[in-house]
Amino acid sequence: MLSNEVANAVERAEPAKLGWELFPHDADTGIRGFGPTKEAAFEQAAVALTAAITDPRGVMPRHMVKMDCAARDIEFLLVEWLNTLVYEMATRRMLFSRFAVHIDDTTLRVRAWGEPVDVARHEPATEVKGATLTALKVVRRPAGDWLAQCVVDV
Amino acid sequence: MELAKLERVSDFEWHIEPRGRMSVPAVIYGGERLVEAMDDKVFEQVTNVAALPGIVKASYAMPDAHWGYGFPIGGVAAFDPDQGGVISAGGVGFDISCGVRTLLTGLSGAEIEPLNEVLADALFARIPAGVGSTGGIRLTEPEMEAMLSGGAAWAVACGYGQQGDLERIEEAGRMDGAEPEEVSARAKRRQRDEMGTLGSGNHYLEVQEVAEVFDAEVAAGFGLKQGEVLVSIHCGSRGLGHQIGTEFLRDMALADADLGIELPDRELACAPIASPIGQRYLGAMRAGINCAFANRQIISHLTRKIFAKLFPSARLDLLFDVSHNTCKVEEHAINGVRRPVYIHRKGATRAFGPGHPDLPEPLRPFGQPVLIGGSMGTASYVLAGTRQSEARAFSSACHGAGRSMSRHQACKRWRGRELVDELAARGILIRSSSMRGVAEEAPGAYKDVDAVVDAAEQAGLASKVARLRPLICIKG
Repeated sequence: MLSNEVANAVERAEPAKLGWELFPHDADTGIRGFGPTKEAAFEQAAVALTAAITDPRGVMPRHMVKMDCAARDIEFLLVEWLNTLVYEMATRRMLFSRFAVHIDDTTLRVRAWGEPVDVARHEPATEVKGATLTALKVVRRPAGDWLAQCVVDV
Repeated sequence: MELAKLERVSDFEWHIEPRGRMSVPAVIYGGERLVEAMDDKVFEQVTNVAALPGIVKASYAMPDAHWGYGFPIGGVAAFDPDQGGVISAGGVGFDISCGVRTLLTGLSGAEIEPLNEVLADALFARIPAGVGSTGGIRLTEPEMEAMLSGGAAWAVACGYGQQGDLERIEEAGRMDGAEPEEVSARAKRRQRDEMGTLGSGNHYLEVQEVAEVFDAEVAAGFGLKQGEVLVSIHCGSRGLGHQIGTEFLRDMALADADLGIELPDRELACAPIASPIGQRYLGAMRAGINCAFANRQIISHLTRKIFAKLFPSARLDLLFDVSHNTCKVEEHAINGVRRPVYIHRKGATRAFGPGHPDLPEPLRPFGQPVLIGGSMGTASYVLAGTRQSEARAFSSACHGAGRSMSRHQACKRWRGRELVDELAARGILIRSSSMRGVAEEAPGAYKDVDAVVDAAEQAGLASKVARLRPLICIKG
């Protein structure tokens, strides 16, 4: 059940290395990033979003795009960040695999590296429509590392 | 879902009487197996919706109900503006007016069989689909405004299709009350290059054959014949709709927080229909509906061109175009008095019964066609709205089979290439640029569409007219 899966992820006692994962949701996909800082967790959540579409290792960080957004609180900031990324991906027709996030209170500035979509090479499996508020969490875990996650509509 | 938590009214109808903050009951339609297999979140969501302000009669879940955002997918709920009724962006969804349209080719399966590989390749090459695809049309600002106001009527005026198509689309292809100025610049920018694109995920264009006719009279009225080839298109309002959904879900959630409105689930974010944000959303959502109508109209035009080259005798008349993520104002009987209510159908299809004045004259005696997509290896169905459907769920029915497992699990269980080969051996040609995408959409990842449709019929929501088997499936 999702609620158990999320509870286990949030309450995990050992720190995880920097990383990301996808977690199951019936109709759509859960994305999760974790790292020593909330910025790192936000970066990894974005890699997870790319992974919902294609293998991030196949996305070359050829071009850099600056993005920024703001929100009322840190959780809405994650949603706003991911939706900004979805917008840039859609309008530039690009995929991104590397991110440098800077968070100042509830304002976020990002440099993102990626390349134009190459259908033959990337074989995108699906399109992310937007980030939802389902399973939305940005927390510092008991081990001290940060987790950032939500379900994205695909 | 534990059946013991529900009150069994019949083999296909289950109630949850008002408790806690629910002001109306929740009603779940489905047979025992289907309802048992529904996840617990459906129970939670259908009862949460029953507690929203101004809801009338009941909160409904269709036989294909599963976990959604605030509302269950397969959720139907009507709200009375005079009772403080609300409108919810989550109750419509991220893909505003996602829907299905079905075209009648006039060809038989035997006629297309010698050219089915050529047809599959032509459709795959020329119907824009998948991430990164663009339509051949880039709209200027005035064209965007005109499209958002005019919907399929705009598309026909631009040369995509014929006038006769319009009466076969809900709202005659043009949703009144659209306000393009309430659609953000970002949403318009996102749509600029996406007109006439299929999208990805569970969207498709499918060539089908009528495999079985259940109701000969209605089938004849719809123009369906056993062995006839049809084309069905499943897609929605593309990036524009997604952006509208994203923005208003956020704005409504923030507005609720500002007003101190406590919701059991943030994604139930909603606003009183009469409020400024409620009215803004209505205007934008209606523009999104027009975008979906225009999109499916353009894709139909592209499909007709492809068929015209390969099969010059093919007609491709439009049977009907249904939407399954909308909020519409309709008149329904509430306590014996007909009044306008705002009906959210989230992953549910409108199903007007025979005689309904909003149906075009040729279809009026038979009821509205209800087009149900199955998975790419199983079956799709054409149903018809029934006279009882209004009383059962405000003239609503299911929309498809619904997923039975996550994409992640589907990818673990199936390989796309093997599925494509397996289906080809059964005479079903799949074209997709992503084998992982094919695996995620494996037939086994979906519920039993036959059971869903049987349940819809047994519950009186819509009646079976024909079963369609897939021949060619183009996936984004």
